[in-house]
Amino acid sequence: MNLSELEIGEKGIISKIELEGMMKRRILDLGFIKGTKVECVLKSPLKDLKAYLIRGSVFALRKEEAEKIEIRVNHYA
Amino acid sequence: MHKYKIALAGNPNVGKSTVFNALTGLHQHTGNWPGKTVENAVGSFFYHDNEYTIYDLPGTYSLLSHSEEEEIARNFLCFEKPELVIVVCDATSLERNLSFVLQVKEIHSNVLVCVNLLDEAKKKKIEINLSKLSELLNTPVVGISARKKEGFDELLNTIESLCLTPNEEYFELSYGKEIEYAVSIIENEWNQYYDKYKRSHYFCLQLLDDTELKHTIYEKYPIPNIEKAVQKAKGYLFLKKIDWKEIIAEQFIKNSEMISKEVITYKKGNIFEKEKKLDQILTSKKYGFPIMILLLILIFWITIEFANIPSNLLFSFFQILGEYLSKSLSFLPRWLHELLFSGIYKTLTWVVSVMLPPMAIFFPLFTLLEDFGYLPRIAFNLDYYFQKCKACGKQALTMCMGFGCNAVGVTGARIIDSKRERLMAIITNVFVPCNGRFPTIVALITMFFVGFSNDFFSSIYSTFLLCIVILLGVFLTFFISFILSKTVLKGIPSSFTLELPHYRSPQYKKVLIRSILDRTLFVLGRAVVVAIPAGLIIWLFANFKIGNNSLLIHVSNFIDPFGKLIGLDGIILLSFLLGFPANEIVFPIMIMAYMQTGSIAEFSDLSMLKELLIKNGWTSITAVCTILFCLVHFPCSTTLLTIKKETGSFKWTMLSFLIPTLCGVLLCFITSSFLRLFS
Ligand SMILES: Nc1nc2c(ncn2[C@@H]2O[C@H](COP(=O)(O)OP(=O)(O)O)[C@@H](O)[C@H]2O)c(=O)[nH]1
Ligand SMILES: [Mg+2]
Repeated sequence: MNLSELEIGEKGIISKIELEGMMKRRILDLGFIKGTKVECVLKSPLKDLKAYLIRGSVFALRKEEAEKIEIRVNHYA
Repeated sequence: MHKYKIALAGNPNVGKSTVFNALTGLHQHTGNWPGKTVENAVGSFFYHDNEYTIYDLPGTYSLLSHSEEEEIARNFLCFEKPELVIVVCDATSLERNLSFVLQVKEIHSNVLVCVNLLDEAKKKKIEINLSKLSELLNTPVVGISARKKEGFDELLNTIESLCLTPNEEYFELSYGKEIEYAVSIIENEWNQYYDKYKRSHYFCLQLLDDTELKHTIYEKYPIPNIEKAVQKAKGYLFLKKIDWKEIIAEQFIKNSEMISKEVITYKKGNIFEKEKKLDQILTSKKYGFPIMILLLILIFWITIEFANIPSNLLFSFFQILGEYLSKSLSFLPRWLHELLFSGIYKTLTWVVSVMLPPMAIFFPLFTLLEDFGYLPRIAFNLDYYFQKCKACGKQALTMCMGFGCNAVGVTGARIIDSKRERLMAIITNVFVPCNGRFPTIVALITMFFVGFSNDFFSSIYSTFLLCIVILLGVFLTFFISFILSKTVLKGIPSSFTLELPHYRSPQYKKVLIRSILDRTLFVLGRAVVVAIPAGLIIWLFANFKIGNNSLLIHVSNFIDPFGKLIGLDGIILLSFLLGFPANEIVFPIMIMAYMQTGSIAEFSDLSMLKELLIKNGWTSITAVCTILFCLVHFPCSTTLLTIKKETGSFKWTMLSFLIPTLCGVLLCFITSSFLRLFS
C-alpha cells in the first residue's frame, strides 16, 4: 500500500521510499524515513493534495509523490 | 569594543525574523507561512559595549537540499565564518527543528539553540525540558517567546558569553564504520591540500553524498584528484551494498527523534485535534472554496465601506491646508507658486488621499489572516488548478504577496524550486493588483458603479464588483500560466512539498498599529519620491506650449485614437505610460492632466472627481476599461528591474512586459467593442 491511499484519519508506517533525486532528499529531510508513523489529516477540496501529520508537523504532498512512498498500515496505532 | 558576527538560522516560520526584529529594532516582514524571508537581512545591536552584527537567514529545512533561498542560508553557514550561530526552533514542532540543529552542530561548535514560541507550546500543552535538551545537544539552550519578548535577557546574556568564550564542542553523529571508511578515503586526498579541521570531515561527507553543496566545495577548495577519490569511496560502499544517502539523511532524523523523546512531553493527548478539525473545515470539499471567497468578500467589503470616510476627510484637510499654504507663500513668483501648488502639492496630496485609506484598512486585515496561518491553506485548496496549468501550488503564496507589491511577489517566487514554474509565477504576478493599483480600482468602482450613498446595499455591490475584478486577475493568472506551459515553458509539473504550519493567534494590536504605520510611511515615502517629480513633469507638460496647445494636448491627441479604440482615451494612456515608475501615480496624473486641459476647479471629494471625469468624456465604458487596464498592463519599473534581477535574462523581462500589456490591450478592446454594441 502507498501513502496516497491513506484516507483522512488513517495511519501507517513508512516502509520504503521510491522517490528519486532531489525530491527523495527533501522528503527524507522532512522526516519521512523508514519506520516513521504518518497520519493523513487533510484532503484538498479537489483531491489532488493530501496533507500528512508527521513528527508533529503537517506537510502536503501531491498524489504523484505520495504514490511513491510505501507504507504498512498499523492497526494498533 | 569588539564586533561579532552572528547568524540567525532555522527552519522556515519559526520566528527568526521576529527575533531579528526584536534584537535590532528593524522591521523585517514576518507572518505565519514558510518562505517570507528569501534574502539575507543584516542588522546590528549593541550590548554591554560590544557590537553584534546579525544576519537573518532564509528558513531552511536542511543543509542538504537545494531551493534557491535555502542555498543562500546554506552557503552562509558553510563558508562564512560567523562567530556564533543562533538556531531558532519552534517549540510546537521541535522534533523537526532538531534535525536542522544537529546539521548545524556538525559544522559549527559555537551554536546557541533558541527555542521560540514557548507561549504557543504552553497553549498547546507541550512541555520542553530545556536543560536536558542542552545537555543532550552539547550546546546552550535558551527558551523565549519572541513576540512578547520574553526570555530576551537570558538570550542576550548567553549571546554575550558565547561570543566571549566560544563553545568548542561539536555534536558527533556516527554513520557506521563503512561510511566512515569511505569518507576517510576522500579525506586522505583532502588532507594533502588543506589543513585537517572539523569542517573538512563534513565537506568530504557532502562530496560522498553528492549534495548540492559539492559544486561550491569544488569551487572553493579545488583538489586535482578529489573526483577519483569520491568515485573510489562510492565504489566501496556500492560493493558493501550500503545505501549511504539514505543512511546519512536518516541519522539526523533518528537522532532528533531520540532527543525529542527525552525532552518533549505532551501533557494532554490530542493537542492538535482542534486544529485538525478547523483545517478539515477550511479545506473541505463543501466549505473550502465558499469560505475562501467569503473571506475575500468580507475583507474587500470592510475596505470599501470604511475607506470613503477617511478619504474625504483627507481631501478636505489637504484642501484647507493648501489654501493656507498658498496664501502664506503668495510672495513667490507666480510661475513658481503655480508649479508648487497646481503641480506638486496637488499630486502629492491626491496620492495620499486616494491611496492611503484603502491600504491602511486592507493591509491590517490581510496581515491578520497571514499571521493566523491561513495563506498556506489557500495554496492547499488551489493547488489543483495550478497543477492543471502545470504550475506550482506555492504560486498561490507569491500571488498573495503580490497584493502588497509585485516586486516582492517576484522575489518571493524563490520559494518555488523548479525554474520553469518559478518563471510562470514571476511573469503572472502582475495580474494581482498591488497596493499601487488596488486603491485606484476601488475608487473607480465607487465613483462609477455604486455612487456615494453610504448605504449597505451599495457597498455590497461595489465589493461584488471588486471581487469580480480580482477573480478576473486570478483567472488570467491561471490562463496565462496554462498558455505558457503549452508554449515557451513546456514541461511537467515538478514535485513540491508544502508545509501547513500550526495556527498561531495573531497579535491584533501590534498588527493594526504596525501595518497602518508602515503602510502610511511607505505610501507617504513613495508619494514624495515619485509623485513630486511626476507632478512637476505633468505641470511642465501642460504649460509648455507649442503653437496654440500645450505639449500635453499634443501628445495625448496623438495617442488618443489608439486609446479610444480600446475604450480609453489619450490622457488615460498617457497617464499609464507616465505612471511607469509607480502605479500609485497613474490616477493622480490622469486627474492633473484633465484639470490642466480646461475646467480647473477645486476638489474636495470623490464625487467631484467623477464630475471632472464625466466632463472629459468618460462613460461607464471608459471606467470599465480603465479598471481592466489598471489590472492588466505592464509591470512598474521596480517590478521589471526585480524580474531582470531574478531571472537574469532580458528575454524573460521583455516577455513579462509584453504579455500583460498585450492581454490588457486585447481585453480592453474586446470589452469596449462588446459594451458599445449594447449602448
Ligand atoms: N505566538 C507567537 N507567535 C510568534 C512568536 N514568534 C514569532 N511568532 C509568529 O510566527 C510567525 C512566523 O514568524 P517569522 O519571524 O516571520 O518567522 P521566520 O520565517 O522564521 O522568519 C509570525 O506570524 C510571528 O508573528 C512567539 O513567540 N509567539
Ligand atoms: Mg523570516
